[in-house]
Amino acid sequence: MAIEVESRTPVHDEDGRAVEELVLNVGPAHPSTHGVCRIIAHLDGEVVTRAEPVIGYLHRGIEKMAENRTYLQIVPLTDRLDYVGSMYANWAYCRAVERLAGIGVPERAEYLRVITCELQRIASHMMSIGSTGADTGAFTMFVYAFDVRERVVELFEALTGSRLTYCYVRPGGVAADAPEGWLDDVRRVVGEMPARLAELDRLFFGNVIARGRLKGVGVLDVATAVAWGASGPVARGSGVGWDLRKSDTYSLYPRFDFDVPVGERGDAYDRARVRLWESVESCRIIEQALDQIEPGHVHAPGLPRLLKPRPGDAYDHIESARGSLGVYLVSDGSPRPYRMKVRSPAFCNLALLPLLAPGHTISDLVVILGSLDPVFGEVDR
Amino acid sequence: MNIDELREHLCGTYPDLCPLFSIEFGDGVLIVDRGRYWSAAKDLKDLGFDRLGMITAVDGVDDFEIVARVTAREMGAHIFLKTHVPRDEPAIETLTDLWPAADWQEREVYDLFGISFRGHPDMRRILLPDDWVGHPLRKDYRDERIIRRPDYI
Amino acid sequence: MSGLLWGMLFGLLAGIAIALAALFGVWWERKVAGRIQMRFGPQEAGPAGLLQTLADTIKLVLKEDITPRLADRRLYRIAPLVVFTPVAMSLAVIPFARGWAPFDTSVGVLFFLAVPSISVLGILLGGWASGNSYATLGGMRGAAQMVSYEVPRTLAVLSVVVLAGTLRPVLLLGRFQWWWILATLVGFVVYLISSIAEMNRGPFDLAEAESELVAGYFADYSGIRWAVFMMTEYGSVLAASLFGSVLFLGGGWPLSGALGVVVLLVKAVLIATLIIWVKWTLPRMRADQLMRFCWTVLTPLALVQLLIVGAVVPWL
Repeated sequence: MAIEVESRTPVHDEDGRAVEELVLNVGPAHPSTHGVCRIIAHLDGEVVTRAEPVIGYLHRGIEKMAENRTYLQIVPLTDRLDYVGSMYANWAYCRAVERLAGIGVPERAEYLRVITCELQRIASHMMSIGSTGADTGAFTMFVYAFDVRERVVELFEALTGSRLTYCYVRPGGVAADAPEGWLDDVRRVVGEMPARLAELDRLFFGNVIARGRLKGVGVLDVATAVAWGASGPVARGSGVGWDLRKSDTYSLYPRFDFDVPVGERGDAYDRARVRLWESVESCRIIEQALDQIEPGHVHAPGLPRLLKPRPGDAYDHIESARGSLGVYLVSDGSPRPYRMKVRSPAFCNLALLPLLAPGHTISDLVVILGSLDPVFGEVDR
Repeated sequence: MNIDELREHLCGTYPDLCPLFSIEFGDGVLIVDRGRYWSAAKDLKDLGFDRLGMITAVDGVDDFEIVARVTAREMGAHIFLKTHVPRDEPAIETLTDLWPAADWQEREVYDLFGISFRGHPDMRRILLPDDWVGHPLRKDYRDERIIRRPDYI
Repeated sequence: MSGLLWGMLFGLLAGIAIALAALFGVWWERKVAGRIQMRFGPQEAGPAGLLQTLADTIKLVLKEDITPRLADRRLYRIAPLVVFTPVAMSLAVIPFARGWAPFDTSVGVLFFLAVPSISVLGILLGGWASGNSYATLGGMRGAAQMVSYEVPRTLAVLSVVVLAGTLRPVLLLGRFQWWWILATLVGFVVYLISSIAEMNRGPFDLAEAESELVAGYFADYSGIRWAVFMMTEYGSVLAASLFGSVLFLGGGWPLSGALGVVVLLVKAVLIATLIIWVKWTLPRMRADQLMRFCWTVLTPLALVQLLIVGAVVPWL
């Protein structure tokens, strides 16, 4: 981890004292598990006066690569965007393709998509909350959260064969039906989960030291959140009750009864707790989906493997664990898209860091970055 | 608010924007020319579109197409704002004074397409290194390291 | 002459004792931390993983000895020893058995409280000598923390001294009565928390876990030099646990003689386990919260303990 500390030339403050500003480069390699992000922090003593994130360390040119691949070949690329949430990254892309090409999806496939996406949301939030624990020094919280995540990842391994990038949701449906007994396993895991999540709440969020570390840190007010395009738990932590599952009512979500947790103060504490309670609500959705799912096709029958949508453009989005994840596709009639643009919520949320960090200490900077929950596969593409 | 209500709302408040409004694949689209871009954006903001979702560009054959998508939370509506920018003079006004969310979005467009945004507070590359030459998402971008996949179809 | 020989012999024994304590301490910590985290901890090296620390130490000894280019060489090399030696010395005054301490002095309690404070100098030295300005800041913050938390710790210990009427640990242990455990309960809690802060451990490890983000005061130390810092930490855990058992829990009480020593060690291990438990459960406090906690919570509590003891003494 490279640390360059260069002092600036001294300036004089109001009282006539010479003040040197310290520029600290928090290098791209982070000890905290947030990915490759470089933050250039200007410090006045211990207080951050400016924090500028420098991104692009994970830029792989996915959008350019997509122009050179067929619509089905792009699905593994979308896995690697938000690699903590491959299921819903695939889904956002597939929705855009289905909109562009006018493909209908069978109902069982849609149910499986909802179940896997909500499970993925739980897994992603566990990683985020666990990292928050690790950032503040509660390593046990990290391990407990990852244990919950492990239950979900085991389910996904049984379903798709992979633990991280699944390539499961495909245009027209899903890759394969759930193996025998898988849905019962899901029901069992999801039944135990709310108790474990409540335990995490007591272990970490109820702790006075954790509250001291998270409350009042990185406060985001409603006006700024809306103006800067924040979405997901970052916006909901500030009180903006905007969730695409309720406002856009896409897919089968109108059939389910669930709440959208919303915070009050918009600090790191509220954002993290919103994620925790969203996981509990996801458990509710999954149980209802399991009750409603019927046997059927899992892929649109008769769909050609080589899709050639009519020329035009389409945009579709979903509510991912980080916010509103959208994919904009432009087609020229050929099997390869003319342009693919991914509207990444983590990219938009990360733009808030220079606004939230000033006035806090270095220890809080990591906490704020964690509370914005960036995944750099998505930020950099 | 569905698409027809949106059309009525738009035409009622800004009649001159009405002929520029169309519906593609179920979404409302407002196609304006370059000079009208910023003022159309302002009109949309005054109409209640308070959230900017994305600003991106598409490299057409003769020109670049700028695509912006804005949402109105209260009304539950969204709309696309599109304009064209010529290849030999890729510049247009920034939207950061209307929606600060445009900041990073426009930097990305500049980085990958080379379209500069007049009035942007910090117009520099965001994803690629600062000393990168060229704008990769342009269709005429050449790099000997790019491997073209075989055309089986 | 025999005093000098005895001193040297004790030095050797203390060094070995601390090395063993560190070996055992690291193993115990990893096992306890593992169990708290629903996993086993070391299992492979030796029975139940007992030789794991030995294996890690051998690895550390084999590492290349690096001194940073910008470091002040002499100070850089002295710093770990300045941190370690006072802690080793402080073990000398602990009365392991009724009526016997390796170094029986009439100001033993004062010795135990004052001598390890010299370690603070070592931390400042280590931070400064690393040649890394952020290590210096980390060292200064650690030093400020250690100096501050001495106040509630000393006040808590003072309450037991008032009850016993002596600073001599052997005599103190001899005068112990069972109800002191109840009378000094508040003091025990204050002592424990202050000791954890003194050791830069647990929820108070901001100075070294600054290394989560940037260099802590010993981040530029590698290999055996770093191992010395770790040995100091576990030596402090041992010393604080033993001393706490002697003062607040009556040492070998209710048994005496050799069995008393065993009871003392058991009590010390229990306290050490508590210290480990606290570290692995709680998040880390921020620097300003840490200082505020010391001055606005612990110090008043220690004073309350003194008041309680003061009320009891006329009845003795």
